Amino acid sequence: MIQIEHISKSFGKLDVLRGLDLSISPHEVTAVLGPNGAGKTTLIKSMLGLVKPDSGHITINGKRINGDASYRSGIGYMPQNARYPDNLTVQEIIDMVRDVRGNPEDTDEELFHAFNLKTELGKKFKTLSGGNRQKVSAVLAFLFRPPVVFLDEPSAGLDPVSSSCLKDKIAREKSNGKTIILTSHIMSEIQELADKVVYILDGLIHFEMTVTELLETTGERTLERAIARKMKGAA
Amino acid sequence: MKTNTLKLIKYQLRDVMRSRWVIFYLAFFILVTDALFRFGGSGDRVILSLMNVVLLVIPLVSIMLGTMYVYNSREYTELMLSQPVKRGEMFSALFAGLMLPLSVTVAAGIALPFIWNGVLISHLAALGYLIGTAIILTTIFSALAFMIALLTEDKIKGLGLAVVMWLFFAVIYDGLILVVIYMFSDYPLQQPVLVMSMLNPLDLARIALLIEFEASTLMGFTGALFQRFLGSTGGLLTIAGVLMLWISLPLAWGARRFVSKDF
Repeated sequence: MIQIEHISKSFGKLDVLRGLDLSISPHEVTAVLGPNGAGKTTLIKSMLGLVKPDSGHITINGKRINGDASYRSGIGYMPQNARYPDNLTVQEIIDMVRDVRGNPEDTDEELFHAFNLKTELGKKFKTLSGGNRQKVSAVLAFLFRPPVVFLDEPSAGLDPVSSSCLKDKIAREKSNGKTIILTSHIMSEIQELADKVVYILDGLIHFEMTVTELLETTGERTLERAIARKMKGAA
Repeated sequence: MKTNTLKLIKYQLRDVMRSRWVIFYLAFFILVTDALFRFGGSGDRVILSLMNVVLLVIPLVSIMLGTMYVYNSREYTELMLSQPVKRGEMFSALFAGLMLPLSVTVAAGIALPFIWNGVLISHLAALGYLIGTAIILTTIFSALAFMIALLTEDKIKGLGLAVVMWLFFAVIYDGLILVVIYMFSDYPLQQPVLVMSMLNPLDLARIALLIEFEASTLMGFTGALFQRFLGSTGGLLTIAGVLMLWISLPLAWGARRFVSKDF
């Protein structure tokens, strides 16, 4: 359960979030959508404690974020572009994250095997292709079985096979009771995976609906059309 | 719980020790030191010549590489801060990940040629003093690099600032002191000039080296002042204290900024 109460954040003169309220239900996939620069990444980074909101509170699993780091052991995060130290091998990067997480025994290596990353283990990070970097980052997001997972544009740069592996994983983890928050520009992906859509516009929630509701109320068959119609209706 | 810092340092050292700039930096000091021996220098003369190399090159390399390093570690920093790692722990790990390899490289690059030229033991004290000063300079200018990179998000601007800061301390500042001495030559200037040279870590390091090596002919105005006013030991202690401030103040500022900043 994630509770976001009235958070605002501005970068200089730019107001990115303007008193946004949102509660994200557990055990669901919530898609955060919105035009470029609407504040999606800022919202996710606020939940991770990377961005410090000017005002407002965020509570994750009953813990209010206040600069303490420990709550993040319950979160997995896959950023838009991940970059680890260039000269570390994939194995070392995984070990490093494992180390700071206190070397838990029970890890989830499903994605690692699905992506066939074994052959990449000894390679230095700087020699990895963009897609393989994304894969490493996705593996790390799920590795420690966190109850909450943030995925920022997860399938960007992934080939179709890997992308569908990842989607299967997301669906499976949802049925395992994980809370998943994702952003994406690929509406078919969201339609496939998400239970709920949160649409952000100018730093506020423009609407918040389940995918089925959205399709029913607009009478469209695809999410893309439904959102387009909804936005046109609003304008 | 500072253990995360140690865990991160372990991996960062592996990363940095494999990077090309460390190898270049090491090779540079080995080549220069060895060349000084080859051109007929005795151990003492090599140390004196190295002094100038240390005073010129270390601040430049530390501040430039350091600024680059912080900018290049941005995404990595972000990723580790999304793990259960505290900001303070990450800051310490990042700083150590720069300062330790740079210091080890300099120390090894200078000491190795002394070993194979067979004069290490006979010059141990002077060499240790030189390397110690080199490490202090590395630490100060790494700290300044962190300060710059945390001051502005713009990489080009940051690197520009780093160059300007180095130029200021290495070249412009001495010019300014000369101008002051010239303009106010009718007044007693000892104390103001003494204070002015405290404001430049490079000057301080230079004076510290010159006092220790008793190369008073090279000491110049400020060096002579230090010795006259504070005596060798008092002067050195004062310098050491001020140099520690030059490490701790930029670091404290950087750490505060790092803890409160958005990533």
